[in-house]
Formats: sequence, structure tokens, C-alpha cells
Amino acid sequence: MEEKHSHWEPRIVAFLCNWCSYAGADLAGTSRLQYAPNTRTIRVPCAGRVSPLFIVRALMHGADGVLVSGCHPGDCHYLEGNYLARRRFGLLKRLLEYVGIEEERVQFAWVSASEGGKFAHVVAEVAESVRALGPAQRLISARDQEGAP
Amino acid sequence: MTDLSPAIRDAARRLLSDGLVDVVIGFEAGPIPLRSSPCFARDAAEVERLVWNMSCENNLAKYLPRRRERVGVIAKGCDTRSIVGLLREGQIERERLHIIGVPCRGLIDRRRIESELAGREAIDVQEREGEILLRGDGFAIALEKERYLHASCRACRSPTPVIYDTLIGDPVAKDMAADEYATVREFEALPTGERWQFFAAQASRCIRCYACRNACPLCYCTECFVDSTQPRWLSPSTDATDALVFQIMRVMHTAGRCVDCGACERACPVGLDLRLLTKKVEKDVEELFHYKAGLDVHEPMPLSTFSPDDPGDFIR
Repeated sequence: MEEKHSHWEPRIVAFLCNWCSYAGADLAGTSRLQYAPNTRTIRVPCAGRVSPLFIVRALMHGADGVLVSGCHPGDCHYLEGNYLARRRFGLLKRLLEYVGIEEERVQFAWVSASEGGKFAHVVAEVAESVRALGPAQRLISARDQEGAP
Repeated sequence: MTDLSPAIRDAARRLLSDGLVDVVIGFEAGPIPLRSSPCFARDAAEVERLVWNMSCENNLAKYLPRRRERVGVIAKGCDTRSIVGLLREGQIERERLHIIGVPCRGLIDRRRIESELAGREAIDVQEREGEILLRGDGFAIALEKERYLHASCRACRSPTPVIYDTLIGDPVAKDMAADEYATVREFEALPTGERWQFFAAQASRCIRCYACRNACPLCYCTECFVDSTQPRWLSPSTDATDALVFQIMRVMHTAGRCVDCGACERACPVGLDLRLLTKKVEKDVEELFHYKAGLDVHEPMPLSTFSPDDPGDFIR
């Protein structure tokens, strides 16, 4: 167990908006920026597409942290998807903290397509804060508790 | 306290005989004292079954969506707030609905009364001047009603219907100074680990019967996410994680819509503190978006609208 723990790296599911953060991640790559390899990207058409259920399910099935990143206010490709998402995530974040999920497990960011540097920076910060918490132990699905990949 | 049952029966009888509605949904006496069941009265004979008392605990707004008939419904303050929400969401037509509003003096928690009786069985229950009189084989006791109200009724701020066509009974005043979120605030102050322990323990007792969902007037989806098999979001097991996630998602779905009628908690057969979750979200909606559900038919639901100035300090 000790041995396993010392090699542990946080696994972070990143829901990235196709119109901004996904391109921002791409820009970070094409700009040859080094960033933490902890994210597993899921491309979504808008931050507004991300249901709270997606976030909770990620935590149930092996994610140590979740990052949702979308367009800055005013920049949404669908005009208001990110505004609607902001309300929903504000409530979800407070609710998860309330039931006892550590605050840093679920994080949100606005990253535009031109912000490759910011993307790398956000991922580094999220990875660092989740690493400090250690492996997720709460909300793990019983089916996944043993022999998780 | 006057018994409002005769006045309710009169109103129901008139609605049916005037042909204004096809059915009146109200309450009838249940099989045992302290229990009432929803009752669907379609003619004068069935109207005679209608009663009104402190055990009329269902939120009858539950029966309104997708009903083809013209309906008369007996509604407490909280029920009318649910109706406002359903009207706003386009689930019911105002023209086909006749609301018989009844100001509510609070529902009593029969479980706490039962524990007071310690195994003895009450055969007759009466309500009189703030007291509950229970009589059974060889005993007669009087309990102070206020102390046996449901927690949701004690926190209630709208005992008087907010929308109605007919009002039966006098409006009930309520102390608006008391902090309706006191329990939530206390719980928020606990350390994260303790909060987790509490909810993990609660969830481990959940039997996933979905009585909470089925009692809730807001849960009118044709297919609930929890019943979906394509994709299968949650396993139908009684595993505590699945149960807790079900509850988290249930309160997220009712966020900004829940009027704290308490029907979910009253329906729970294992007595989970479900309002500790719903009330938290209600509090956050009020704090973040300055919205209180079920008071204004014209105001948009908080999660289907936004303001450019919404709090966003949690976003990097």
C-alpha cells in the first residue's frame, strides 16, 4: 500500500468546451507548453452540456478530481450556456461540500481558445490541489472499490 | 378550532354539481387514526368521504400534471406553492384547475406520537385548542400539538394558500422572524469529515424505494434518471454511494423549485433527514439568486435563467 501510494498520481477528468477550453488545451500543446499529465479530457459542446450527474459519476468511477472548463462570460458559442452552467455549478459545488466531498475535488475554470498558458496553469493548480488531498475515498461506487483500473 | 371538513365537502359538492370540475382531489380518513389518504371524489356520494385534519400530509399537487379532467384540488399553503411552480413549468392549465385553498395549522408527525404511546394503540384521536387528545384501551392522554408538528411545518412560512379560487378557513399568521435555515446552518458549521459520516450513515439506511420521489410534486419526468437503463446512470442497488448520489441528484433536480412542503421526508419509510439536503439547496438558491420558489407564477425558474452578475468567484 505504501509503495502504491508513493507512485500515486491524481486522475482528473476534464470536461472541456469544444469552442474554447478544448482549443486552449490544444494551443498549450502546439505551443510546446509543459503541463501536468493528470487530465483525461472529455470534449463537450458547451459547459452547459455538463450535467451535475456527469461530475458525480466521474467521482464515483475513479476520478480523484473533476475540472469543468468553458468559455468566459459573454463568450459562449450558444450565447448563454456558460451563464446557465455557472448557476448550476455554483449550487452543485456548495452541495457537494455540504455532504462532505472535499472542496478541491470539483473545480471550474473559464479558459478561452487563445489561453494555452492559462490552461496549462489551471491544470497544474488543479492537479496540485487534488494531489494534496490524496486519492478520492468518498462517493466511490461499491462496484469500483476493488480492482479499479 | 372549527372542523373545516363540512365546508370543504360543501365546496366540493357545489363544484361537481355545477359541472365546473370532473373530480375533486382531497383527503379521506385512513385505515387507522392519524392517517389520511388522498381521495378522488367524482360524485356527491364520494364527496361525503372528504375530511380535513392534521394528518392530511400528502402534497396533492402531485396528482395534477398530465391529468386530462378538470380538477378541483384541496390545497394547503405549501401545496399551492407547488401548484405555482407547476403552472410556471407549463405542467398544468390554470383554466382546468379549481383550487380550494385551506390555510394550514400544521401537520403532526405520527411517528413521534406513536413513540409517545409506547406500543399502545390509539383508537380515537381528536384535535382541540392546540391539543391532541388520544384515547385507547384503558388510556386517554392529551399532547401539546405544537410539539408534535413536522419539522417542515415548524419551518413553514406560507401556511395560507398563495393562489386559490375558493378559500376555506381563516388565514394563519406565521412568525417570519425565526430562521428557517437554522438546522442547515448548524450542520454547515460541522467539519467536512463529520458531515460526510452523517450522510454516509443516512445513505446506508436508504432502501431505494423512491417514496421520496413519488411523493414529490416536482418529480413528473416520464423517465427518472435513476430508472434509465440507457445509459444506466446508477445501479439500482442499496449500496450507500448509489443511494447518496440518487439523493444528491434528486435535490439538484428540484433546486430552485422545491417549496419545502416536506412530502419527501414524510413519505420516507426509514425516516431519513431528507430536508437537511433540500433545505440546503433552497438556502443556497435564496442566497445566490435571491429567489424563493412557488410565490410568483411570472418569475422565471432560477436555473433556467441567469444574470451576468451571478456569483462566479468559485471559477478560476
